[in-house]
Amino acid sequence: MSATIAETTTDWSNALLSELETATIQIEKKQGAVPQWLIEADHWRTFAELAHKLDWRWAAGWAEQQAKTFLVNSCFAKQGEYIWLRTTLNGKKPQLPSQAMVYTGASRCERHTQDMFGIDFTDHPDSRRWIKHQAWPKNRYPLRKDFPLQGQPEDVSPSDTDYQFLRAKGTGVYEIPVGPVHAGIIEPGHFRFQAVGETVLNLEERLAYVHKGIEKLAEGRTPEQLLRLAGRISGDTTVAHSWAACRAMEQAAGINIPPRAAFIRGILCERERIANHLGDVGAICNDVGFAFAQMQFTRLREQWQRNQMNMFGHRLLMDCLVPGGVKQDLSNEQIASMEQELAELRSELDEIIPALDLNSSLEDRLFTAGFLSVKTATDFGALGYVGRASGQDFDVRRDTPYAPYDQINTKVVVEEQGDVASRVWVRIKEVFASIRLIAQMCQQLPEGDIVTAWQTPAGNSEGLGMVEGWRGEIISYVRFADNNTITRFYPRDPSTFNWLALEKIVLNNIVPDFPVCNKSVNGSYSGHDL
Amino acid sequence: MLRLFAKTFKTGIVTERIKTPDSAELETLGIEIKRHIDKHFSGSLAIREVDAGSCNGCELEIHAMNNPLYDAERYGIHFVASPRHADVLLVTGPVSRHMQTALLRTYEATPSPKWVVAVGDCAVCGGEFGGSYASCGAVANVIPVDMTIPGCPPTPETLLKALLGLMKGKGK
Repeated sequence: MSATIAETTTDWSNALLSELETATIQIEKKQGAVPQWLIEADHWRTFAELAHKLDWRWAAGWAEQQAKTFLVNSCFAKQGEYIWLRTTLNGKKPQLPSQAMVYTGASRCERHTQDMFGIDFTDHPDSRRWIKHQAWPKNRYPLRKDFPLQGQPEDVSPSDTDYQFLRAKGTGVYEIPVGPVHAGIIEPGHFRFQAVGETVLNLEERLAYVHKGIEKLAEGRTPEQLLRLAGRISGDTTVAHSWAACRAMEQAAGINIPPRAAFIRGILCERERIANHLGDVGAICNDVGFAFAQMQFTRLREQWQRNQMNMFGHRLLMDCLVPGGVKQDLSNEQIASMEQELAELRSELDEIIPALDLNSSLEDRLFTAGFLSVKTATDFGALGYVGRASGQDFDVRRDTPYAPYDQINTKVVVEEQGDVASRVWVRIKEVFASIRLIAQMCQQLPEGDIVTAWQTPAGNSEGLGMVEGWRGEIISYVRFADNNTITRFYPRDPSTFNWLALEKIVLNNIVPDFPVCNKSVNGSYSGHDL
Repeated sequence: MLRLFAKTFKTGIVTERIKTPDSAELETLGIEIKRHIDKHFSGSLAIREVDAGSCNGCELEIHAMNNPLYDAERYGIHFVASPRHADVLLVTGPVSRHMQTALLRTYEATPSPKWVVAVGDCAVCGGEFGGSYASCGAVANVIPVDMTIPGCPPTPETLLKALLGLMKGKGK
């Protein structure tokens, strides 16, 4: 059931091809689940310019070291269609024109590649290091094959004090450094604010504090071992990241999972969406002092998680997927109890949501706060509810449907208001949409197996898997060696782009509103830092 | 506003009773320091949570301790915004090398007497990530650890029981 995304060229890619022809740029095309276009490195930037002109979205970027060369990849998307662009670089002096001048969203992905591989993106608007702090020496690159997993770390890695932040000067301008250890129970990262009075003039993020070397750790793993790791890229997105990794691996191995397994994966993924939305809507209300919502939503989330423990054996649904299917089947009794659970959740929400909707103090704090314009969201390629609250009408489940979403009706909520309130309402509506989806999946759940036997993929086979997680589109890349082990794994979490959006969202808001603005985006630190 | 009160009354009190762990359970938690804790912190535990490299799974469950079903605060367990206010550092994650100095400084900033609780498999033994060029592995490789709570992630009940074990005469 692995989706065939675009077997033939379509209007969108034809338009791009004819632009390329006009510009006399040669493309070598390779068919596949996602069509691969090979291009000369010199045209890397020009391709981005043409794609940008035709409103393609920049969706991911990653690199890989081969014996004597580097491969650099970018993924572009438009209306559910994907193009996988690739170029080969000289291994001695890897250099490539930056696409970040055209697509702002590409900036941090390219800096990531620069730090991990030592690939030089010429004319990059910001060539400061990003993922690298001080844990490994200058001119050493952890994802190169000659870099050992253990590295040669010092006893204590010093703090990254010489990173050059943007400075603001003038009467009354002051700076607030926050983090990496924050005041709440949240992940670590550093925020540098420039403020005048209470108003935020500028925010600069410094992330990568939880860089754990996930890409390097993936090398040499078996499919099962990779899944355990993928399930821990971001603990709140364990199902969606596992699913994206599975889709990439299954594509590489050329296997189709049983329809029943696809439906159970869908149920798991929608459950994860509901759990996170419930928790976050409560937390956002709590950040503006509305404790009622926090208490009610955390109560619902707790009940939801306990049911997950009973049904799937894990409160966060970790390790429920296996390569080729799912670990555990659902009995008819479990389906019936899940339908009952959905009805209960809906009636609880029907009582709680009106109390939120009609609350003027909540309205006062959430409306117009943390505004993200449609244009900025488009520029950064903002994903998930952050994008959808700012006019980005895009959802992998609907636009590039994969099983089970190709057999059920997925409605996508889109607004253009772009403020914290809008992101909250998009998420509330998504909870109701997911309740309907789970109900549909329960009703239509096909009979049959839950796992397809794994087949060792041919050496060098690759896969690119897309999944709509609760934060938005996840893209995962894998390549296998010839002994059923992984040689390269790159997961692109939606936070990669949404973190960039946060820097703009908070501008001109008051400093005390940063927590609520931040929570309304809720980027993953771990998923971003890898 | 009426809807809000109506829902609050309808929901009622959902908080559940948690049993303090018996001595066998305490032993598995490895609490040799209980005696000292009783002496110094009887009745209240101020916790500073430090994510030193976690995947955020442990944080979700630590958060859950504060939901109305567990309501950790009724036992005097509360989370504080600064290590300078804390009795206990609750540390999660394998310690990423980028967080190593920050964790050391947080430890130094916590006034004595202080205790460190390593939460989750990664904090206890390195877990899925272990030690590497980017990770120091277990918390004990960086700062002294007094108590460990394994699990991937540990459930809020496990966490609460372990913390209750640190306190005297609470939760009975």
